[in-house]
Amino acid sequence: MHSFGYRLNGLLTFSLTILAMMCAIASLSDNLNTPSPSAEIQIMNINWFQKQPQGNDEVSLTMNISADLQSLFTWNTKQLFIFVSAEYETPKNSLNQVSLWDAIIPAKEHAKFWIHTSNKYRFVDQGNNLRGKEFNLTLHWHVMPKTGKMFADKIVLTGYSFPEEYR
Amino acid sequence: MDWQGQKLAEQIMQVLLLVFAVVSLVAGYVLGSFQTMMLVYAGGVTLTTLITVPNWPFFNRHPLKWLDPGEAEKYPKPQVAVSSKKKGTKK
Repeated sequence: MHSFGYRLNGLLTFSLTILAMMCAIASLSDNLNTPSPSAEIQIMNINWFQKQPQGNDEVSLTMNISADLQSLFTWNTKQLFIFVSAEYETPKNSLNQVSLWDAIIPAKEHAKFWIHTSNKYRFVDQGNNLRGKEFNLTLHWHVMPKTGKMFADKIVLTGYSFPEEYR
Repeated sequence: MDWQGQKLAEQIMQVLLLVFAVVSLVAGYVLGSFQTMMLVYAGGVTLTTLITVPNWPFFNRHPLKWLDPGEAEKYPKPQVAVSSKKKGTKK
């Protein structure tokens, strides 16, 4: 190549193209990972369960969330975004999903945890359908990579229900 | 750099960068550290720059043989015809 600048430019562009290909390969390597996560949510207490002045039901609960999500981390994982949502059916909507709590797990060491917490975000229904209603609590996670494709999955935990009367 | 040297420099650059890419990918994956991959690759790019970009002597082993000035004077350049200068007037 003909001059210092010419060679330097050629080297830099080639090295950046190769870097892009390396990042693509790193992202593809995430598919080799076979995760085996587990989680459990217990509702310790229904703090209160009222009908708002506007007519919508609102509930506040305290949960004990424990999970082992360490197998989701790979060398290409930047962080894990997890959230718990309550899912139920009403006459008006075939699926309601209400996000109750979320967290960011920055490292594998923090991925095995338990937390005793009340819902971070308010649980308000569209209407007053919650009395005696059965619902699922689902733990969703998004594996956010350092480079490449983001994977998202969830565990559905069934068998929860609201009390029959307001309290 | 001479012609052979230029070709050699380009080949060395391509091979070295590809080798470092593979080495850094494997090192990063095996050690489970993305940072390792980036650092090894950055080191590789720097090393390749130092080897192929400056005008090292070993790139000039087949130097071009320019014509000696004494020889050039024996064969004068053909003269460009300057006498006929037409007046380009359009009517």
